Amino acid sequence: MRLLECVILLLVAVTAPGVVLSRDPKRQVVTLSFYGLICALMFFIFQAPDVALSQITVGAVMLPLMILLTLTKLRRQNLRREREREK
Amino acid sequence: MSARTRTTLFLISAAGLAAIFAWGLRDVPPMGDYRGPYGYVLTQVAVYERHATDTVNAINYDYRGFDTLGEEFILFASVLGVLLLFRPAGQKKEDAGKKRVQLEDALPVSDTLRVGMQAMAATMIVFGLYIALHGQLTPGGGFQGGVILATVPLVVYLSGNVKTFEAIVSNPLTTLAECGGAGGYAIIGVLALLAGAHFLTNFVPLGKTGDVFSSGTIAIISVTVGVEVAGGFLVLMQSYLREIIEERLQEER
Repeated sequence: MRLLECVILLLVAVTAPGVVLSRDPKRQVVTLSFYGLICALMFFIFQAPDVALSQITVGAVMLPLMILLTLTKLRRQNLRREREREK
Repeated sequence: MSARTRTTLFLISAAGLAAIFAWGLRDVPPMGDYRGPYGYVLTQVAVYERHATDTVNAINYDYRGFDTLGEEFILFASVLGVLLLFRPAGQKKEDAGKKRVQLEDALPVSDTLRVGMQAMAATMIVFGLYIALHGQLTPGGGFQGGVILATVPLVVYLSGNVKTFEAIVSNPLTTLAECGGAGGYAIIGVLALLAGAHFLTNFVPLGKTGDVFSSGTIAIISVTVGVEVAGGFLVLMQSYLREIIEERLQEER
């Protein structure tokens, strides 16, 4: 059990800088989602299944989704502005 | 500020932080150390006093139910904030009424994805309801169940069925669920007052431990929270979606 705890803590420690170091926002969303899953696993291993359940859906689905939708909107806005400038 | 001064500044502050951190680590109690009496007391007493086998939810919705009410209104207020921020600007609103740009009717997805995701949506609905209804028995409860239910429309979207996704997300019932769920929690508290007890007292008969309809208000509040959370997240999705639709409207102009 102790070993499992160490492994999952190490995984969290590795994936967290991974999120920060992936500079492209689109890739960052994917790493963030993965990090959310790892966090959920950590909560589960540390015997907090309640928190793990909400972390899975909020951290691994909802948060990345909202960032992705924002990115879509920004990209479209930029495209439109560029097109207007060309005119 | 030049790059060099910035690096020096960073190194100095990082060294300071590391020193304070190391100092703080000296007195950290061993892992799993717990000094408060309440955790031990409540795990002993919750099943006997409240007929709830999941102590976490007995604490959340009963022993500190008033705190959770506040937390629920944090979620309510933040959803409200997003809605305020994304409110349609005056003149755009008329345009949106006249000419409504739809998203694609169907996404080009493979049959495997379509069928798989549809099966998954059905499973997730059942699972979400199960988690929301069994909050007082097993880990989970209203919040978790509500969030799971709110992700179901996304799975429907992934199955390529954009029309259904839009219909679920832009249904006015989502707003009703959001408001009714948040208000319902407070109303249950007030009902306890009317029954002659303190605010949010567990005044409903507790039932048999282990039954779905047990633990009195814990189960009821858990379900109201589920309704509120599912509604809240759907409202959020709707407002984000509307932003993208408006962006498309402007593009076409």
